[in-house]
Amino acid sequence: MKNKFFSTFIIIIFIVIFLIFYKGLQNSNIYTPKTIIKKNIPIFKAKLFDSSNIIKSEDIFNKNNFYLFNVWASWCIPCKDEHPFLMKLSKNKNIEIIGLNYKDSVLNAKNFLDKYKNPYETIIQDSDGTIGIEWGAYGVPETFIISKDKIIKRIIGPINEESFLEIKEIIE
Amino acid sequence: MKLIKYLIVVFFLFNFNLSSAENNNLNNKIAKNLRCLICQGQSVYDSDSQFANSIKIIINKKLDEGQTENQIYDFLEGKYGEWILYDPKFGKSTYFLWLLPVLIFMIGGAILFKLFIIKKIK
Repeated sequence: MKNKFFSTFIIIIFIVIFLIFYKGLQNSNIYTPKTIIKKNIPIFKAKLFDSSNIIKSEDIFNKNNFYLFNVWASWCIPCKDEHPFLMKLSKNKNIEIIGLNYKDSVLNAKNFLDKYKNPYETIIQDSDGTIGIEWGAYGVPETFIISKDKIIKRIIGPINEESFLEIKEIIE
Repeated sequence: MKLIKYLIVVFFLFNFNLSSAENNNLNNKIAKNLRCLICQGQSVYDSDSQFANSIKIIINKKLDEGQTENQIYDFLEGKYGEWILYDPKFGKSTYFLWLLPVLIFMIGGAILFKLFIIKKIK
């Protein structure tokens, strides 16, 4: 009697473990970062682009409208693809575009902006990539939509037609 | 006299080497326990991507500020989520992972105990 109880117990435990692992097999093991996050924006100090002035994050995100924080670099090819969308968005009064020039040389970045025009209201410099890490960014290009000091949406990779429409929907 | 001077120089040289090596070891240890999120199967230590290099700079900065290893892990976990850590922490979604080996070990022990010891007593 006791023996029977013991072996059923073991069989049940193995079945449970098997089921858990079997279920685990079907989970996707492709890691996709969350794109909808409700996180506060980080507090940081950064050098303004093409000047020696230091600016605090509170002085950048101080108005009550939407902000688009875009991580870009002149050496990044997909940044050229998303540039027309940023230009279109820069004409919208509901949103202010802030650029983070990621690991770039000032001269190259200037040439880039001269060639493709400048959609950014403010550009800050991130020469060693540490401000990008503060934001939890993966690389270039990456875009954060901010409302009331909170990140409400994040686009990893270039802005495309679809994400452009989504941003427009959010801000209008 | 000369020998003493010589010894002092040697002593300092060794000390300098030790202190920088210790710091480097901790740097490397932290970098090895962080997953490079944009690489495939590489740690931050192994990778030379922009992302990994920035993380290494952050680790250096935080260590210079006097932060501990765990504070750095917490900081990065807050920014990128738990996926960045190779060594998952004990928590709501990982308790099974941590307890399962112990559980299996105990079941195995119970089986052996029943098979050999109880039979022998009988």
